[in-house]
Amino acid sequence: MSVKKITTPLNEDIVLSIKAGDPVYISGVIYTARDAAHKRMIEDYQNGKNLPFDLKGQIIYYVGPSPAKPGQIIGSAGPTTAIRMDPYTPKILEFGIKATIGKGGRGKEVVEVLKKFKAVYLVAVVGAAALISRSIKKVEIIAYEDLGTEAVRKLEVQDFPTICAIDAYGNNLFEKGVKEFGKL
Amino acid sequence: MKIIKYEKIVEEVKNMCIKATHELKDDVVNALKNAYEKEESPFGKEILSQILKNIEVAKEDNRPLCQDTGFAVLFVEIGEDVKIEGGSLKDALIEGIRKGYTEGYLRKSIVEDPLRRKNTGDNTPPVIHFDIVPGDKLKIVFEPKGGGSENMSAFKMLLPGEGKEGVKKFVIETVKKAGANPCPPIVVGVGIGGTFEYSAFLAKKATARPIGHRHPDPFYAQFEEELLEEINKLGIGPMGLGGRITALDVNIETYPCHITSLPVAVNIQCHSDRREEVIL
Ligand code: SF4
Repeated sequence: MSVKKITTPLNEDIVLSIKAGDPVYISGVIYTARDAAHKRMIEDYQNGKNLPFDLKGQIIYYVGPSPAKPGQIIGSAGPTTAIRMDPYTPKILEFGIKATIGKGGRGKEVVEVLKKFKAVYLVAVVGAAALISRSIKKVEIIAYEDLGTEAVRKLEVQDFPTICAIDAYGNNLFEKGVKEFGKL
Repeated sequence: MKIIKYEKIVEEVKNMCIKATHELKDDVVNALKNAYEKEESPFGKEILSQILKNIEVAKEDNRPLCQDTGFAVLFVEIGEDVKIEGGSLKDALIEGIRKGYTEGYLRKSIVEDPLRRKNTGDNTPPVIHFDIVPGDKLKIVFEPKGGGSENMSAFKMLLPGEGKEGVKKFVIETVKKAGANPCPPIVVGVGIGGTFEYSAFLAKKATARPIGHRHPDPFYAQFEEELLEEINKLGIGPMGLGGRITALDVNIETYPCHITSLPVAVNIQCHSDRREEVIL
């Protein structure tokens, strides 16, 4: 377990230096997308349209923030359940995404594609949304505005706190941790 | 006969929406602090400390504790001697939710149709459970229920012969299957008895009970403790990354049931165990 401070966009060396269990602090730009935005990106691709941003080396954060109050740049912005994005993940990684941030475990297939495309799955502390929002410095909606909270947003973050749950070597913290503490 | 004004109910419900989504009750905060003390896993401890920090930051920065400010669930007990003036009770509750979620800048997470999925834009309608009771009070309990934990709930018709062991097995299985998804440490609501739909209602009602309050019947009080202990042996831990504290509490609600059936429902509540209550 060693603390990693990374800046986007990511390359393969950075990704391979991250191990399951490492606290990872992200600075730079990250993009938000949930179910509806994933679905739309893949449909756009299949219809030969341009994707809303260059996905190469980027990070997708699974979040649908609460609205900002006057004077705030974003409301509360904690992670949403990642497994819902599992069906879209192989395609998104193929497009070049190097890390996804969410909450909860992932299916076996995702562990495999993370290995194949050399990418990592990070978790942010769930329900600590107010705390996470402090690391978000700038927000801009860049696509699918009609999706409301599910629109694609570009976030500028500084030391955004995560923990690596599944690394590019197939190590899965969810399995390891539960095995260690399970008594049943 | 007591008269309660429509506007008063709207105002109270609105305030409950905002308060519940920004502040946790003392019983929850204390349970999380205890969990922090007891947790042995380093990740688990780190996560619990961030969860506790988040409670302070939400207050300081005036932000909701969690971005998912939930499906508005209301438990309403209306006294037989209460009269609402200026509109209907149901309309007042819905209007209160609408105002709470829009004026409070809370997330609108409700779609108007389960298959066509267009957002209603104001987080209405709520789910309201009405009960008529003797007296002249109106009691409203508000529980904003996050989707992550709600989705991990489960129901099963057991055979009566499976009894307590069968219930235990089903509860443990459900929590195990839920794993990291309902944002552990969780509160587990268990509804036993009644009919198909009623057991699910009981399970939800059980999640609204404050942490540490045991069932009045010693048999079930002991069963709650037994389940809590078993669940905390699963090793799921805070956020599912492994640890001792998977659940903060287990609450059971029961109801008589048919000689041939034993319905059991499990409703899971996340660590953002938000609720508010008002008695008018
Ligand atoms: S389950 Fe609870 S803590 Fe987790 S994201 Fe939903 S509301 Fe927030």
